[in-house]
Amino acid sequence: MRIEEHPILTFDRGREVEFTFNGRKMKGYEGEPIAAALHANGVRVLSYSKKLHRPRGFYCAIGNCSSCLMTVNGEPNVRVCTEKLREGMVIETQQGRGDLK
Amino acid sequence: MLATNGIPTAEELAPRIPPAERLKKGPVAIIECFQKIPCNPCSTACKTGAIEKFEDINDLPSVDLEKCTGCGLCISKCPGLAIFVVDETYSEMEAAVSLPFEFLPLPAEGEEVDVLDRSGKTVGRGKVIRVRNGKYEDRTPVVTVAVPKELSMVVRNIRVGGDRR
Amino acid sequence: MKHAEIAVIGGGPAGLMAALAAAEMGAKVTLVDRNSRLGGQLVKQTHKFFGSEKEYASIRGIDIGRILATEVHKNPNIETMLNSTVVAYYPDDGVLGIEVEEKKWVKMKAERIVVATGASEKYLLFENNDLPGIYGAGAVQTLMNEHGVVPGKNVLMVGAGNIGLIVSYQLMQAGVNVKAIIDAAPSIGGYWVHASKVARLGVPILTSYTVKAAYPNEMTGALERAVIWRVDDRWQPVPGTEKVFNVDVMCIAVGLSPLAELLWQAGCKMMYVPELGGHVPVRNDNMETTVSGIYVAGDVAGVEEASSAMMEGRLAGLSAAKSLGYDDGTYEEKKAEALKELENLRSGPVGGKIRKGLAQLAS
Repeated sequence: MRIEEHPILTFDRGREVEFTFNGRKMKGYEGEPIAAALHANGVRVLSYSKKLHRPRGFYCAIGNCSSCLMTVNGEPNVRVCTEKLREGMVIETQQGRGDLK
Repeated sequence: MLATNGIPTAEELAPRIPPAERLKKGPVAIIECFQKIPCNPCSTACKTGAIEKFEDINDLPSVDLEKCTGCGLCISKCPGLAIFVVDETYSEMEAAVSLPFEFLPLPAEGEEVDVLDRSGKTVGRGKVIRVRNGKYEDRTPVVTVAVPKELSMVVRNIRVGGDRR
Repeated sequence: MKHAEIAVIGGGPAGLMAALAAAEMGAKVTLVDRNSRLGGQLVKQTHKFFGSEKEYASIRGIDIGRILATEVHKNPNIETMLNSTVVAYYPDDGVLGIEVEEKKWVKMKAERIVVATGASEKYLLFENNDLPGIYGAGAVQTLMNEHGVVPGKNVLMVGAGNIGLIVSYQLMQAGVNVKAIIDAAPSIGGYWVHASKVARLGVPILTSYTVKAAYPNEMTGALERAVIWRVDDRWQPVPGTEKVFNVDVMCIAVGLSPLAELLWQAGCKMMYVPELGGHVPVRNDNMETTVSGIYVAGDVAGVEEASSAMMEGRLAGLSAAKSLGYDDGTYEEKKAEALKELENLRSGPVGGKIRKGLAQLAS
């Protein structure tokens, strides 16, 4: 799922870090968007709609549309398409509107 | 038809194909640009003045067939990747087609590749004569491939190392 | 409270050019962008740009972004605020509310403001259009070209405008299979040269087709299958013309709409102009809106090509600086040049839609 060779681009990736998605250990690169790291790990369902609980992925990938809100380190409603991945992040599928602790 | 599938018909192509007498004289640029869009790098890239300067940036490029040497410096400068150089004097049976190719893997000189028409259909095999991929091309490598002469106006793409799709 | 002579909001092609132009006239500029780097959406444009040398034609968008960002960073008249999102404009006193980094709030009073916030991708209505795997075409470009992750294996591209055609080509460059490009219109909306590029790769372009429905994989809940059908000349779907595509990704490239929230907050007069992407600000030929001191440039002023966005940015930057008294005598000439260049870019047949939209705006 990651591009290793590209005719135009080279990718300057950060160091490899570990994080968890719903308790599962995964690896990604520091500083890349959480959504990109999840996608590279095969995770495409990021959230569930509030009323009908329909699965949702990202849509715009640049912080405009709110389709990708997840709970990150306990904080709900984080736009994971722009939030950068850090070592040890705890990423969870959000249920409902989310509560502030 | 260009407007519905991006593939020019024979009628649409006709005004862009140089006359047979010119093709017999050596390599020449064929600019498959059919739509007036605001764009002019082909004319600024041309060192021989063959691609005439635009009065209006929306003009279609026109090639002065006497001035064009077929050097191919315009190929990688065209943002639409719409310029090809065809040399029907390459050998008795073959023509050389130079085309822009921004894909991996790049072919090696001497390598045999599939040659494709404007719809992406494989129409035969060709041998890569030259690959230009320097700073000037800026990651738009220009590949020159020898093809049977009757395919000189058909081949506009190559496929390296089997079917990517 | 922070103070700025000219605040430029958005560091894409329009904002970068606005900042550089205003700084060139001698004004002090604060350029604010929500991302951690400048360039806006240029950072994912791997193709060489159209236009003339004035808009860096034949240079790749990614490189134009780098060139402009480097010029901005080394310009002593420009201060750059990155990771900073302008979330509010208070019309009473003209103060901007900015969220900096995480949850730090800064208020800024600027004497002039250039809004260059860009646009967001539109959606398309069909059954199950919210499935994971159905992404904006620009989103896929971000994932793939900025972050080096491919969106999936097989793609159906919806929309044969320039974005749909370009992203299809770029998907193929990244080794992803594009099964088809469809468009409800009877002809291709993007440049024919872009269409020919993907046609040569064997990607079929189907005009007069729209999406009927999308279906999920039962296990994953993500997209697995898409069904399209033909539309007649009155845009009505024709039953019996369905085609099925087994795809894990569908890209929606049906246009952009201006990100004009700040302009609404400021009370700028807005007008609905479909040709320009939706609600756009009324402005004069200096790119100044109906609220004195607020200028606009780029997609937020009407969705168009990056080349025109750059020229609008230059115009807005020059004019904002001039209105503060910065003019070494070159303003009129530079303004005329920028206006002429804009007119050239829009004067051909492919500029017809934009000309029509701008005419409505001026009426």
